[in-house]
Amino acid sequence: MLEYIFFSTINSLLYGMLLFMLSSGLTLIFSMMGILNFAHASFFMLGAYFAYQISQFVGFWPGLVIAPLLVGVLGALVERYGLRSVHKHGHVAELLFTVGLAYLIEEIVMLIWGRNAVPYQIPNILDFALVNILGTDLSAYRVFMLVVSIGMFIFLFLVLTRSRIGLIIQAALTHPDGVSTLGHNVPGVFMLVFGGGSALAGLAGVIGGNYLITEPSMAAHLGPIVFVVIVVGGMGSLTGAFIASLLLGAIQTFAVGVQVSLSDLLALFGLTPEPSGLLKDFLRIQISHTGPILPYLFMVLMLIFRPKGLMGKRET
Amino acid sequence: MKKKDKKGFFMWSKHGLWIAAMLIVIILPFFFRSGFSRSMLSQIGIAIIFALSYNMLLGQAGLLSFGHAVFYGLGGFFTIHILNTVSNGVITIPLELLPLAGGFGAVIVGLVFGWLSTERAGTPFALISLGIGELIAASSLMFPSFFGGEQGISGDRMTVFALTGIRFGKQITIYYLIAFWAFLSIVLMYLLTQTPLGRLANAVRDNPERASFIGYNPHWVRTLQYALAAFFAGIAGGLFAVNYEIVTAETVGFIPSGNVLMMTYIGGVGHFFGPILGAVLVTFMQLSLANMTHAWLIYFGLLFIGMVIWAPSGIAGIIMLHEPVWKAKLMKRLIPSYALAVFPALILFLGTVMFIEISYHLSLSVDPTAPMHLFGIHFRAQSLFPWGITVFLILIGFGLLQRAIKRVRQSWGEVNLIMKKESS
Amino acid sequence: MFKKFVSVLMGVGLLLMMSSGVIAAETVKIGFLDPLSGPFANVGDAGYKHFKYAADMINAQGGDQRFEIVPFDSKLSVSESLIHLKNAIDQGIRFMTHGTGSNISGALIEAISKHNERNPDQQVLYLNYSAVDPALTNEGCSFWHFRFDSHSDMKLAAITDYIKDQKNIKKVYLINQDYVFGHAVRDASIAMLKAKRPDIEIAGDTLHPIGKVKDFSPYIAMIKASGADAVITGNFGSDMSLLVKAGKSAGLNVQYFTFYAGGIGSVPAIGEAGVGHVKQVTEWHNNLWFEENKPDDEKYFMGYNRKYGGEGKAPFFFLRIRTMMEMMDKAIKKAGSADAKNVAYALEGMTHKTPYGTVTMQASDHQLIQPLYISTLSNAGTKTVKYDVENTGFGWKTDKRIEADATAMPTTCKMEKPAR
Repeated sequence: MLEYIFFSTINSLLYGMLLFMLSSGLTLIFSMMGILNFAHASFFMLGAYFAYQISQFVGFWPGLVIAPLLVGVLGALVERYGLRSVHKHGHVAELLFTVGLAYLIEEIVMLIWGRNAVPYQIPNILDFALVNILGTDLSAYRVFMLVVSIGMFIFLFLVLTRSRIGLIIQAALTHPDGVSTLGHNVPGVFMLVFGGGSALAGLAGVIGGNYLITEPSMAAHLGPIVFVVIVVGGMGSLTGAFIASLLLGAIQTFAVGVQVSLSDLLALFGLTPEPSGLLKDFLRIQISHTGPILPYLFMVLMLIFRPKGLMGKRET
Repeated sequence: MKKKDKKGFFMWSKHGLWIAAMLIVIILPFFFRSGFSRSMLSQIGIAIIFALSYNMLLGQAGLLSFGHAVFYGLGGFFTIHILNTVSNGVITIPLELLPLAGGFGAVIVGLVFGWLSTERAGTPFALISLGIGELIAASSLMFPSFFGGEQGISGDRMTVFALTGIRFGKQITIYYLIAFWAFLSIVLMYLLTQTPLGRLANAVRDNPERASFIGYNPHWVRTLQYALAAFFAGIAGGLFAVNYEIVTAETVGFIPSGNVLMMTYIGGVGHFFGPILGAVLVTFMQLSLANMTHAWLIYFGLLFIGMVIWAPSGIAGIIMLHEPVWKAKLMKRLIPSYALAVFPALILFLGTVMFIEISYHLSLSVDPTAPMHLFGIHFRAQSLFPWGITVFLILIGFGLLQRAIKRVRQSWGEVNLIMKKESS
Repeated sequence: MFKKFVSVLMGVGLLLMMSSGVIAAETVKIGFLDPLSGPFANVGDAGYKHFKYAADMINAQGGDQRFEIVPFDSKLSVSESLIHLKNAIDQGIRFMTHGTGSNISGALIEAISKHNERNPDQQVLYLNYSAVDPALTNEGCSFWHFRFDSHSDMKLAAITDYIKDQKNIKKVYLINQDYVFGHAVRDASIAMLKAKRPDIEIAGDTLHPIGKVKDFSPYIAMIKASGADAVITGNFGSDMSLLVKAGKSAGLNVQYFTFYAGGIGSVPAIGEAGVGHVKQVTEWHNNLWFEENKPDDEKYFMGYNRKYGGEGKAPFFFLRIRTMMEMMDKAIKKAGSADAKNVAYALEGMTHKTPYGTVTMQASDHQLIQPLYISTLSNAGTKTVKYDVENTGFGWKTDKRIEADATAMPTTCKMEKPAR
């Protein structure tokens, strides 16, 4: 039991940090520009594919740097030449633009790399068990992922609080109009944030793509889970996104272990109903089956009862 | 006097449009005799109701939903369950009225979800609809007694008696049933836009504060509009059930939700008839274009992105842009510049199609080494020559189109100037 | 109609008789319905290529009968599949083949049965090459449906037959996707293990939502905690690859008994994590020819790999498609015409010799009975494991062959057969 709790904690931490890497950029984009970027997961996928392609030529490590930069440049271009021209048509058009973009990116990825998964593998140097705790291996690569994501969190935190551009971004998060009145180049900041956010997603793709699977549907697979993070975390709050990521990681991880269903619960009280039809299905469901859909329930309830999110400064 | 005449003419042309549409719907299957095209027409009819119901949210109430298929699918499931109950002789409802079961089932669910999700419009609503869509899609596999698990629920419409005495075996009979319901739904949804509720939905979309100042709770207005949209989506789902005699979990999923969004948007959300055009075009593309080229998803994605960037008011918006020009009898001033633009647009289109088809052939086709044929010409995709032509066509087309667009803008400027003068 | 035409010609004279010989070289169209665009297109694409190749090979032998494969894009959607069924019927296609998506196969059986009843002049046959829901040849069976793949219970019987003799397996963990097929695998595993190895403990039994789990580590932690030494899973696609990868990263030392580890695209996704751990149950893998010394089969599938293999990325996989096409060829010849009903009767009870033994199409439920193999993912390029799959450096090595008869299962099928 102890080992199970220990490893589930590590698992939830890791999954949470991966979620955070994805959602940190999205939170910035969403809070500043009001765009629900449906193509964010596509940048995650592009990060993985770029890293795979680069690793074919020069190995994993250069890819770790180059791939996110490429994705960032691509993101900036998308903002400059795509989103900005759609901006005048309003938020719905911007959002639908990103939906269409996600769609096209998937098709283009298939055209270039084919429909099957590409063999993007963990670098040999990190492919070993670092320590064995309570009988379970902790692989070096997972520790590496954890280190990269924590490093990214610290870096992001420093940029936002210590640098000039970070302060402008912070201000634009809450008062975008005020910032532009003060004479700052808000479109330029938008481009930077969109590019930077995409690069962060790309970095998550580089280190997540080989841990998971690099395939054309990986963006769609990831689905709207990142939106859950930004809603639960709250508008404009990186700390909120951080907490929400870890929380969601924990919910999903620990729910798996709870193999209790409603009928078990009723049995505790000596009730053993034998229903049929819909009720039977309902009583049969174990908490563990619901792990991956709990976040959505969480998101809907959050939006209904606390639309500010956990740490939000204003309503979504 | 003159004014009245004009109005009379306009009224006639309006009703004339409805009558003409009805006639077209009635005679269409005589031109399209194959089972495939009749099935496609039936699917188009269903899609039209679905897309129009979606526009009750997006266009009329400003509610962007990512989970509208929940009602489409649930409507389908309600109908197929009722159909099976009728088949078993428990109750008696004629087949023609079965889609109503989907509508009424969906409206009840719609009231609940509508109340829960429409307190705020905008992004919160969009996200709640996304979450509800995910939840229903996920639970569709968890509740097999209602959703039938992966297999879905199937039924046999032939075992249900029909009010009209028609035996609904052949596709053509179902086509007319769908056409009837589609026509009825279109009329009803159109009339709804003219009711106080329809106007209020617009008011709440444009300025919720003001609407609440004059005493209408935006939350209630949105909820009612949402529930009514659910009703018509449920009817569409019910027709789906009667048409295919099977309903599976895919109908509540993300694909139909995304599809209806694209149909409505491509057709145009700003005009009542926009989603009809979108439904026809998108369904046709999905069923027919997919037979012509397996790269159809790329074309579809390009079309969608192109519409979002250059024509956010959709096809209907482009058409209606010309209404004042038409009325002012100034079309002849636009047509020459349009005619000039057609040629470069065709070149650019040709180049793009060649580019996509050749890339697709090389990368994803069954046998990339085989010679490919396009527009009746056979060639080897590996050689540089077709690539050269492709790039040439795209560049030339793009360059010429830029100039042509300038001309079009110019003539639009002239037309606008004349119209302004006339009106003042 | 066609027969009439021929008989008129026969009456006319010698000259026309000769030309009728040309017409008699008739082309049989087989409609291929599977996803050909979108995220699952790789599956449909592979199937289509196999059918094309199998048809090419039969056509190359000469003879009067030629096959043509007509592709339709199901997009994995039931409604679109049903519309394309109409499309195919319009084009005069009377044989439809399909494999991906049990939901579509159920709908096709229903739709074709209704169609054949309502339109007796244009009856259609459904040839299933890959949908393995047992119901399709049991309670949901139909005269118009033939399955050329072993269904999931038969494959599970093969797996449990193998486990029966593995005395070192003491605890088995079941992890499956939470839908019909996953439930079927779970229920059948419990029943069969109980019957064949009552001493085995079911250490755990988990269902998870299909296609929603990104990180399987929590499940691995559960498996680890249960102390299981074997895992049975019906997972496919990324749900399976991710499971194995997460197991590797936690150092989980178990054997995975899978249905779909060898599916196209899966081995590259699993990678080294599966070597020595992942087992599959199939009717074929690409080292079988070597193990059973069948150079003819090597020639056959290497021909495919050269033509359609895409430099080894999408190699030959479905022996059953070859089997199906050869049996169809025989059945149409036996029936004397490409009429769906007659061909169906010709297929019933037909036996056929494949490179790896005789297969039988059972008349009672229209289920093909074929030998199955349990094999393990191993490092390729060695003396025993000659070929790898999809340029990964890993290939399959047979653990056990299960004879065709041993895979046969009792059926609950009550088929209504039309008058001959």
